[in-house]
Amino acid sequence: MQQFEWIQIPYSLLTLFIVLNFGLLLNALMAKIAARVGRRRGIPIYQNYIDLIKNYGLRTSITHGIMFYLGPVFRLAGGVGLLLFVPTLYGSEMFSNLSFAGDLILALYFVFFGALGMALGAGESGHPHAAIGVSRGLSQMTMAELPFALAVFSVALQYDTLTISEIVKAQQGSLFHWTLFTNPLAVAAAMLSFLGSMMRPPFDVVLAPQEIPIGPPTEYHSSYLALMQTNRMIFPIAKIVIIMNLFFGGATNWPIFFAKVFLIYLFAVFVGVVFPRFRVEQSIRWFLIWAVPLGVLAIVLV
Amino acid sequence: MKKELEKRTVTGPDGQTFEVEPLIDYYCEAHPTVQPPAYSKIIENLFNWARSESIWILGFGTGCGAIEMRPLMTPRFDAYRYGIQWRPTPRQANLLIISGYLSVKTLKRVIRSYEQMQSPKYVIGLGSCTINGGMYWDSYNTIKRLDDYLPVDLYIVGCMPRPEALLEGFNTLKRMIRAGNAEGANTYAANFDWYKTNQKRVIHDWDMPDYNW
Repeated sequence: MQQFEWIQIPYSLLTLFIVLNFGLLLNALMAKIAARVGRRRGIPIYQNYIDLIKNYGLRTSITHGIMFYLGPVFRLAGGVGLLLFVPTLYGSEMFSNLSFAGDLILALYFVFFGALGMALGAGESGHPHAAIGVSRGLSQMTMAELPFALAVFSVALQYDTLTISEIVKAQQGSLFHWTLFTNPLAVAAAMLSFLGSMMRPPFDVVLAPQEIPIGPPTEYHSSYLALMQTNRMIFPIAKIVIIMNLFFGGATNWPIFFAKVFLIYLFAVFVGVVFPRFRVEQSIRWFLIWAVPLGVLAIVLV
Repeated sequence: MKKELEKRTVTGPDGQTFEVEPLIDYYCEAHPTVQPPAYSKIIENLFNWARSESIWILGFGTGCGAIEMRPLMTPRFDAYRYGIQWRPTPRQANLLIISGYLSVKTLKRVIRSYEQMQSPKYVIGLGSCTINGGMYWDSYNTIKRLDDYLPVDLYIVGCMPRPEALLEGFNTLKRMIRAGNAEGANTYAANFDWYKTNQKRVIHDWDMPDYNW
């Protein structure tokens, strides 16, 4: 395990910069793909940049209290922290970030951190739709995390380590060394859980633009919203990086990284454009029936 | 004044009493102020360009004209190509489209929605009804000139204007924003008393704060 060096900080910032830009373009591309399914052209590929500039450039903003300020900050800290504590590229001195022994457990915590910050901030905004969105979001997310946690423990048992780079190392060499082929049950459970955490249909009842005007962020605007949008560009990529490292052999250079992240993201988008939205109790039941048993089996059989 | 907006004394669950004054406790009555543009001309031009290319519309249809906005979201016209999106909450919207006739009852909600939007914000009057009352010119219950109640940046005439006319209107609005001419929010703040007088003249049951952000 490497010692901390100061040069890691600019290297990590470089990773953050690359991932942020990749996320801005990738999210627009996914919006375009979803629009093509509806036979629309969709937003321009650079639209996310403009939206960010505009929201940072609005002239007024109001506050509902301290947690209202801190909510987006926590959210962004969750996304950035998640990204910085997992190795982006395997075997690269520059892009291993601040990963350390046992970072898998920390990553599991960080996935939840942003949502909790969001819940506190949205709660203080005092809007009823925000409260409804938060209660839906936390219950659905708790349920979706369970199969993911089971899958992660199964993988940790399988490779006998809690360090992400060790897990990636064990999968190198051939396609069939990937966890996808050595432990398919865990991967299945984790990918079903991944669907639940991507805020896309059928699990987007948290935002539900038609019924509870976009849920938790109802009251967020101007630079608060811009911070949350920035996080929305980073956070999905950070989650996908963990999944890619644990189950799909990691990446050794940027082109492979971009391709794998794109394909894993595309899985959620394809499911999203095909299936309609679940209500919360339906999605919880769905996770209990389909995902959790897979996760339990993965632990039992490993 | 509605009863629930009046000042009252409430007894809490464990016996203590405290005073609630909803207009002060739940709303902010600070008047709007004129917001200066960014410090540097280059930055302001960049922001204006970004504002013009990323117009978020409040999904609030006030009259029959709202039906003309739906085709813009669908494959035939697809306004998303031009950076135009619909937002469900006034906090995140920049553009309020008054789509057609505006009854006095709706005007109340429109004013509250408009005041919750963040500056700079724009208003488009869609259809003849917003200019002179249109076919509702002798109605007792609709307003005739939208410009008396909200600062309108742009009118799109017709009864109803087609979605193409709306798209052309958006392009005109974009040019206005880029040129720095769409300063409706500042007009509203500068002439706040005049607008409030006009609004209160038609809304007789005024039971809300004068300004709610």
